[in-house]
Amino acid sequence: MADEKPHAGQPSPPQEEAAASAGPAAPKPANPAAAKAAAGPAPGHGPAPPSGPTDPPPPAGTQVPAFIEALQAAFPGAIEQVSFWVGDWTVIVSADRLIDVAVHLRDTPGAKFDYLSDVTASDWPPRAKRFDVVYCLFSTTRRERVRVKVRAGDGDPVPSVTAIWPAANWLEREVWDLFGVNFTGHPDRRRILMPDEWQGHPQRKDYPLEGPGELLMENPLDWLRLRVAQDTADIE
Amino acid sequence: MTTTPQPMFDTDELVINMGPQHPSTHGVLRVVLRLDGERVVGSDVVIGYLHRGIEKLCESRDWTQIILLTDRMDYVAAATNNLGYCETVEKMMQLEVPRRAHYVRTILAELQRIASHCLWLGTHAMDIGAMTVFLYAFRERELILDLFEEYCGARLTYNSMRIGGLPLDIPPGWDRKVREFCGLMEEKVGEYEELLTHNRIWLERTKGVGVISGPEAVAIGLSGPALRGSGVAKDCRKDEPYAAYSEFEFDVAVGLAGDTYDRYLCRLEEFRQSLRIIRQAVDGLPEGPIVGKVPRLIKPPAGETYHAIESPKGEIGYFIVADGKTSAPYRFRVRPPSFCNLQALPRLIKGHFVADVVALIGSIDIVLGEVDR
Repeated sequence: MADEKPHAGQPSPPQEEAAASAGPAAPKPANPAAAKAAAGPAPGHGPAPPSGPTDPPPPAGTQVPAFIEALQAAFPGAIEQVSFWVGDWTVIVSADRLIDVAVHLRDTPGAKFDYLSDVTASDWPPRAKRFDVVYCLFSTTRRERVRVKVRAGDGDPVPSVTAIWPAANWLEREVWDLFGVNFTGHPDRRRILMPDEWQGHPQRKDYPLEGPGELLMENPLDWLRLRVAQDTADIE
Repeated sequence: MTTTPQPMFDTDELVINMGPQHPSTHGVLRVVLRLDGERVVGSDVVIGYLHRGIEKLCESRDWTQIILLTDRMDYVAAATNNLGYCETVEKMMQLEVPRRAHYVRTILAELQRIASHCLWLGTHAMDIGAMTVFLYAFRERELILDLFEEYCGARLTYNSMRIGGLPLDIPPGWDRKVREFCGLMEEKVGEYEELLTHNRIWLERTKGVGVISGPEAVAIGLSGPALRGSGVAKDCRKDEPYAAYSEFEFDVAVGLAGDTYDRYLCRLEEFRQSLRIIRQAVDGLPEGPIVGKVPRLIKPPAGETYHAIESPKGEIGYFIVADGKTSAPYRFRVRPPSFCNLQALPRLIKGHFVADVVALIGSIDIVLGEVDR
């Protein structure tokens, strides 16, 4: 999937990524400028689709919170990356260690992230692991926030955190419904906002804004055949 | 000779359908109830009837066009939705908002909280059978809508904030009217209390109904007055102060029992605390510009953030991803408080009568426009 390159101006995203991650100590304002220089709009095609979020590393001299350091010490290798932007800390975790990390974050005295604010996802189709599943955590005792992020490909299993935070139940159902992220171990994985018989996952970037009807309209003959088939079915 | 007594009748469970067109579900909510006699033994909440794909739509609109789409989510608290969105984009762009704009935003958000609580009180009391409160509460809500109409010309979907500040300064004499309203509302809250707080029917219907403990409420993700009724003082206005809240004195109302009655008391106290905040904000309203230094083209740098504020229903959070290239957010996500609170409904209604289901839907205060988006 990552090898498919629909546009001519495709090589730009990897370059940009390299520019963004090359200088970990680079101050924040440098990133957009570097991105602009590297992106170089492909003539006639508009900007190429981005291949992933920037996830900038914390600038040099930023004090990493104690609970993140404790987490890195407790699970060496499970934490793929730590990112910091406009005051938000994000911990990127590999999917197979998610449950361990979640239990640690909920129960360790220095973390105590007992409140799951939100579970959501973002879709980056050019990337092999196209989904970012994002867990927004809050500690009601320490009044602090952190985000945990898991990268997953289409159909890759992501363990459900419903057993750790029951709040995840509906939120994961929504992510399954709208993105099709494959949560395993979920007690009740049904669609929640879309009708049960719906085909496809509407929040994906390759799903047209106006619904599947737009795809049919690209070839009016398809649309006509569908209409005729429906009419004959009605008569029968 | 001993025999085990045989029950005379089968106690089959009955499955009935409540909604989607049902006056007490406050919109199009369908609840499938499994009943044993008149007790609820199980339930399934079916939502999505009002799903308009606002998140998807926002990903193809530019940054300023989204403000008016946020109005359409929680349409009884549109100003709070505007505030949450604008603050998130300001956080991404690191914009400085003038102090006067912060103050006016706070006044609008707190007026909106009172209006939303008025609507909740009126409909919740009417669900339980108290018709008078409905008329009283809607009378006062009307006064707030008048204030909003005078400020921005709209009565429901305000589009009342801009990235970096406000579209309009307050009209002359508006602050005096707000002050007058605060005096009047103080009296009226007392009237609501006289009607309900010690009313025996009200006590019978709300005390001990839908009890949820603090730790359980936190685990299931309740927020706002529904969580504070269980004794957890989680309030974004105190925990992570936004707008001008850090400059005002106010208390966070918390309940003890975690039942419908305590959630009612919490919201009633929030009326008073909101009035307290509005008075301080109007008295201390600073002079100065209402819009900060905003670039002509709003395009946040690439990155992602989550920012939460306290809406009348609970924690409304915006998770926004910008790619820094296109003029629309790459990913736009709202953490809807009504959606997360509604998740607790099957847990709350278990073991209660069907009539209490109505009381509990009212008690968690949902707006289906926000649940389904």
